[in-house]
Amino acid sequence: MSAAAELTGLSLRAVSQRLQAGQVSSRELVEACLSRIEATDGRVGAFLHVTAAAARAAAAESDARQAAGRRLGPLDGVPVALKDLFLTKGVPTTAGSKLLEGFIPPVDGTAVARLKGAGAVLLGKLNMDEFAMGSSNENSAFRPCHNPWDLTRTPGGSSGGSAAALAARQVYGTLGSDTGGSIRLPASFCGVVGVKPTWGRVSRSGVVAFASSLDQPGPLGREVWDAAALLQAIAGQDPADQTTSARPVDDYLGGLEGGAGGLRIGVPAEWFQGGLEPGVEAAVRAALATYQRLGATLVEISLPHSRYGIGAYYLIATAEASSNLARYDGVRFGHRAAGVRGLKELYAESRAQGFGAEPKRRIMLGTYALSSGYYDAYYLRAQKVRTLIRRDFDAAFARCDVVAGPVAPGPAFRLGEKTGDPLQMYLADIFTITCNLAALPGLSVPCGLSGGLPVGLQLVGRPFDEAGLLRAARALERELGPSPAPAALEAP
Amino acid sequence: MSLTLDEVRRIARLARLRLSPEEEAAFVGQLSAILDHVALLGELDVSQVEPMTHALAAGEASPLRQDVPLPCLTTEEALANAPAREGSCFKVPRIIE
Amino acid sequence: MPVQDFQVVLGLEVHAQLLTRTKIFCGCPTTFGGQPNTHVCPVCLGLPGVLPVLNRKVVEFAVLTGLALGCAIREKSVFARKNYFYPDLPKGYQVSQYEAPICEGGGLTVTVDGREKHVRLTRIHMEEDAGKNLHDVSADGSSGVDLNRAGVPLLEIVSEPDLRSAEEAVEYLKALRAILLTLGVNDGNLEEGSFRCDANVSVMRHGATQYGTRAEIKNMNSFRYLRQAVEYEVRRQVELVEAGLPVPQETRLFDPVRGETRSMRSKEDAHDYRYFPEPDLPPVLVSPAEVERVRATLPELPRARAARYVAALGLPPSDAALLAGDRATADFFDATVALRGGAAEGARQAANWLNGEVARLVNETGLAPGAWKLTPAHLAAVLSLLDAGAINAAGAKVVVEEAFRSGADPAEVIQRRGLTQVSDTGAIEAVVAGVLAAAPAEVERHRSGKKDLTGFFVGQVMKALKGQGNPAVVNALLKKKLGGG
Ligand SMILES: [Mg+2]
Ligand SMILES: [Zn+2]
Repeated sequence: MSAAAELTGLSLRAVSQRLQAGQVSSRELVEACLSRIEATDGRVGAFLHVTAAAARAAAAESDARQAAGRRLGPLDGVPVALKDLFLTKGVPTTAGSKLLEGFIPPVDGTAVARLKGAGAVLLGKLNMDEFAMGSSNENSAFRPCHNPWDLTRTPGGSSGGSAAALAARQVYGTLGSDTGGSIRLPASFCGVVGVKPTWGRVSRSGVVAFASSLDQPGPLGREVWDAAALLQAIAGQDPADQTTSARPVDDYLGGLEGGAGGLRIGVPAEWFQGGLEPGVEAAVRAALATYQRLGATLVEISLPHSRYGIGAYYLIATAEASSNLARYDGVRFGHRAAGVRGLKELYAESRAQGFGAEPKRRIMLGTYALSSGYYDAYYLRAQKVRTLIRRDFDAAFARCDVVAGPVAPGPAFRLGEKTGDPLQMYLADIFTITCNLAALPGLSVPCGLSGGLPVGLQLVGRPFDEAGLLRAARALERELGPSPAPAALEAP
Repeated sequence: MSLTLDEVRRIARLARLRLSPEEEAAFVGQLSAILDHVALLGELDVSQVEPMTHALAAGEASPLRQDVPLPCLTTEEALANAPAREGSCFKVPRIIE
Repeated sequence: MPVQDFQVVLGLEVHAQLLTRTKIFCGCPTTFGGQPNTHVCPVCLGLPGVLPVLNRKVVEFAVLTGLALGCAIREKSVFARKNYFYPDLPKGYQVSQYEAPICEGGGLTVTVDGREKHVRLTRIHMEEDAGKNLHDVSADGSSGVDLNRAGVPLLEIVSEPDLRSAEEAVEYLKALRAILLTLGVNDGNLEEGSFRCDANVSVMRHGATQYGTRAEIKNMNSFRYLRQAVEYEVRRQVELVEAGLPVPQETRLFDPVRGETRSMRSKEDAHDYRYFPEPDLPPVLVSPAEVERVRATLPELPRARAARYVAALGLPPSDAALLAGDRATADFFDATVALRGGAAEGARQAANWLNGEVARLVNETGLAPGAWKLTPAHLAAVLSLLDAGAINAAGAKVVVEEAFRSGADPAEVIQRRGLTQVSDTGAIEAVVAGVLAAAPAEVERHRSGKKDLTGFFVGQVMKALKGQGNPAVVNALLKKKLGGG
């Protein structure tokens, strides 16, 4: 194995330690990642934009800080990449849409600024479903993204590139966003760790909006520590986002090795009923058994309103999206149709040409759900059902500390398998969606394989208990080890 | 719950989306199917339930902004992404009032 | 005359720009004019991924205004999105308030030709202003969009349909404007649109129980236009009804040139706004303690001030209303009265001068009170000199005018222009004697009672005294000399 390949195989934690110890330079890491991207991304399609020059410059600055003994922290000098809906000053940001092709933000979003402030080196922008609408990354307007474990399968979505790039060993950490499972599902499909923080824990400022009351940016890493270090850097109140919580941010890395002793794990009956692929169920049950061995206790719980999750989700998410996507009108930025006569045509044509099928579908559904006469029956009712779903969790958390179950009914499905039937695609999010509706923190941590494909265990925690979730995930990871590198890419 | 073609067209007008006849036809079916699934919510009695419009507990949100000016973008920065401009304005087709 | 058979039903929606330093949801300054798109940022441009951050001052001004108008202040009010497409609306929705506005109820009392009339308010809510569409910016007739104004904070103040005539509408708008000016939350400028009003107008036959269909009238940027627009619209609707035609519910634009209203095509299909609570902004919380803190800062409002002038200072109600209607003028008045010891007598004088000579100069120069060179100290000094008989009314006018224009000190003006009044009996007696001696014929006619020529003689004497004779002394002496002398 070449030195470069050896470097890219390391976790964020490992390279952070080596940078700290002066055993490797940021510049070396950047070059290793760039050549790995060069070698693999033609097959994976994780990146939409690689910022090689800027990365080399940032790496040089980081190495200078290291030489001067002014290292900024665990992320200083570490190459990371971002889902392409994080605004990056001077770097194209497309949200996976033709409509935003060539859009160059004048500012960095809050999470991006915080990562840069921590010394992280931005390698580029990652593939995603258009406007984060999708569960397979097949709605990317630019190129499909492939699962490094089986290139004929999807990496999951919508943060497909964020998970695939990690599995492909192209970069050490990534950011994604999760509206209905868009971090956890790809993390599960690609065998990496993905954290969806409590709504309001991480600033949404500078993250292209899909559904404001559900969207939450979060980190992905190859190990729990990696995701925890990234979350530590981006979490916390932001004057640019009044929906961020004023609560102090816990020390995620500090408490990480606390173990699972005494942990009460709630197991919702509803998440194991029917349709669960046997290999997935086996891996999840095995993980629960492991927890018991580690001194945790399992508690049977019920989330009776889970079955209403998908319905509530698709009304709320599409209603908010129909409004959030109204600003794409071809006037101030983005695609503008040529040769239009009059204002209405400018709007209707620019949007018709710029949006793909899925955003159109959701704009239509959401516009309908909000239109006069339907608001109470759809949007308002869905927001009330949300309250019921949150109450289910509140009741459960009286008896347990975390809720555990599968992330998805099955492992990564084949590209094209569900594209014909939107509803089937939506059902891939059936276990992840309630966590967004209840605004709770959740994560996916690798818990084994099914048919050679990764399976993720989903953990959902109390509001703002990201520390507890990460500690529980780390306890499992210490037993099972992080997911291995996929072999598919190494095959000749 | 199924949508008619006229409803699909009305919604498309409201959403400023020009749809091809094929898209209109497809959406009639697809949106109807989704609305059928959504109809499940009708089972629940939510008359006594408060909507969860804002997920943050009251008072947990960030404080309001002080009324103190912050730097603006330059006009060039503001117009940099504009598909069409006229002087320092965003250019649009003639607006009739 | 058919219009008499109909009852006019009117409600006004006022949009008042708040005098904050920055916009409602971003830190861009609210000062505009000049180059388009010079006061914009990613938030007010509606770029992807940016979020609104509410300006604390906007909430404070909304509460202050609500308290001044007797509204109930919501402890928890909610912003909502009003969705529609228009180039001056960058996000494709306006962030406003819908189901839970910050202020509800309340009202204000206006006086319309002597009658008191209470006009109820429905609500007051906070929202963001739109940008400006500029027409014919290029040869091909395209329009341009300037977003400097986008995001400037507005209060929308909605009245109940309690108004019954154009006259009432105008008085209501004037009273509301005076209150906002007194509160210092708005500059009251109708011409420039920082204080705008839309009117919902309908007509119904007297005795009818159901309101007619209303038309919403826009673009009335003066009190005169509001009156014209309403009167025109009422005639138009009455003619429709008389002709048995329906009055369509629509938005109409007032055309000041023709004095007519016409249907606005651009608003045709803009009526399904798909309101829903703004998920990017938490509810606005205003604690009772906060409300009391703001209440403590309420200034004396025009009607209360006028009442005080009548009760405490004995001003005629009309004079009192005139003064109290403008905060700066009223403050000037109060300061002047204080300098003169607060006596009712001095107060009436000060009021007469402010509403008379000073008002005349203001109309002539168009200067706002802040721009006057005249100070309360100046006016107080002039009034004291008048009382002391050191100058007469004519002289005082000259002094006030000079002080108003140049800020010159009254004493100095009196000196320079020799306005000191002559009250010295000896001197005047000599002049009187001279005048009578010079006009024996007139003296004869006057004495014979054929004709009262007192006025003639006073004029002659004053002329000789260059207008500075003390009229009282002159009259007394002439009487003495002419009456059998
Ligand atoms: Mg309004
Ligand atoms: Zn701004």
